[in-house]
Amino acid sequence: MNLYQFMLHNHTEVLELTLEHLWLVGISTLLAVLIGIPLGILITRWPVLNKPVLGGANIIQTIPSLALFGFLLPAPWIGERADRIAILALTLYALLPLIRNTYVGIKGVDRSVIEAGRGMGLTDRQLLFQVELPLALGVIIAGVRVATVISVGLATIAAAIGAGGLGEYIFRGLAMVNNQVILAGAIPAAVMALLADISLGWLEKRLSPH
Amino acid sequence: MMSQSDSRPAIEFRNVSYRLPGSEGRTLLHDLTLEIQRGETLILLGRSGSGKTTTLKLINHLLAPSGGELLVDNRATRDWDVIRLRRMIGYVIQETGLFPHFTVERNIALVPRIENWPAHRITERVDELLQLVGLDREIATRYPRELSGGQRQRVGVARALAADPPILLMDEPFGALDPITRAELRREFLDLQQRLRKTVVFVTHDLREALSLGTRIALMEAGRLVTVQTPAEFLTSTEPLTVSYKDACGTDF
Repeated sequence: MNLYQFMLHNHTEVLELTLEHLWLVGISTLLAVLIGIPLGILITRWPVLNKPVLGGANIIQTIPSLALFGFLLPAPWIGERADRIAILALTLYALLPLIRNTYVGIKGVDRSVIEAGRGMGLTDRQLLFQVELPLALGVIIAGVRVATVISVGLATIAAAIGAGGLGEYIFRGLAMVNNQVILAGAIPAAVMALLADISLGWLEKRLSPH
Repeated sequence: MMSQSDSRPAIEFRNVSYRLPGSEGRTLLHDLTLEIQRGETLILLGRSGSGKTTTLKLINHLLAPSGGELLVDNRATRDWDVIRLRRMIGYVIQETGLFPHFTVERNIALVPRIENWPAHRITERVDELLQLVGLDREIATRYPRELSGGQRQRVGVARALAADPPILLMDEPFGALDPITRAELRREFLDLQQRLRKTVVFVTHDLREALSLGTRIALMEAGRLVTVQTPAEFLTSTEPLTVSYKDACGTDF
């Protein structure tokens, strides 16, 4: 049975695992955006927090993913369900690119523009929402893009703790020494990463100030 | 708002100094005492690093004095609600600081918009200002990157004038322009100032600009005010720094 036949034969399962994968990536990226962007903004306001926050996010990135999934198993509530563990781990990994790009994006806004805005009597909030964030948006979306693409790849490992997703096929294929089954997981995951990269890349371009 | 009958100066520096933060902070401005009258154009003249821009930024409280007292409209800048203070002071800088993601119209309307003016009044005001600074109505929908340097600077002036502030701070506004556009904008500025009678504090290192635009010229050097003279006094002055300034710039005035 070749790959095409395998996928056709198992199309409901392929679809199910793809949707599971999308769910893991989607929810974790959303959570990371909701946490990472405010944190990125925060450290532009309080430079003291800069080192601990970026350092913390950096350290998380250095933990091997399989180990992080393992560490979270005994956690209360989170550890009860595999998908919760997977979502938390993926969220943590996605934080660094989001915090960093938000910070760099805002810091990269032309000083003269900020100075003019402040000099004309914009409040800190007005400066943030009307000037800094719109001008940093391209860089922030680039962070979302990096985080999403990394997430799609990392989420395959979530299958190791039973959280589902396209990693199921990869691990199953490895156990069966069957390349077709591995590819049935790897190819949709790669396509998903590619699509995320292209669409967010397009958005990044559209939202960047010229 | 300022009352017109008030004869006190619009801006008053009383022994103001400014030191960079930190225990070893360098002092950028020493003991400045200076009164700026309502409706005059006071030029801050001096070379780079003489403290001109620092002096300007103290007025709209982008910097806070380290010593002495600075009064704007008879009230110390540190006692002002800083947002209110800044909204009655127009601010024009060399790099224009136009918001690249806003159209010309939105750039000009920035302060009226955050002050919640009704929409029709904002539109009227934008039209009026474009006309005032000699720009075509049709550039209102363009973005700053689509304008020439001279046009951008005019938009910068229009934006600073939007909410009709009694005070205008200008930090080398024409510094980045070619000589012809520069001369043109100077003429327009004089014309504008004749009509509007704002209190203007104008930073430049260009003597010609200082002489043609200023009511009075404050000459600064190394963070200290050296002299305050009218352009006529400046030309005949024998004060050493004034003389060396005139020598450096040629004698054809």
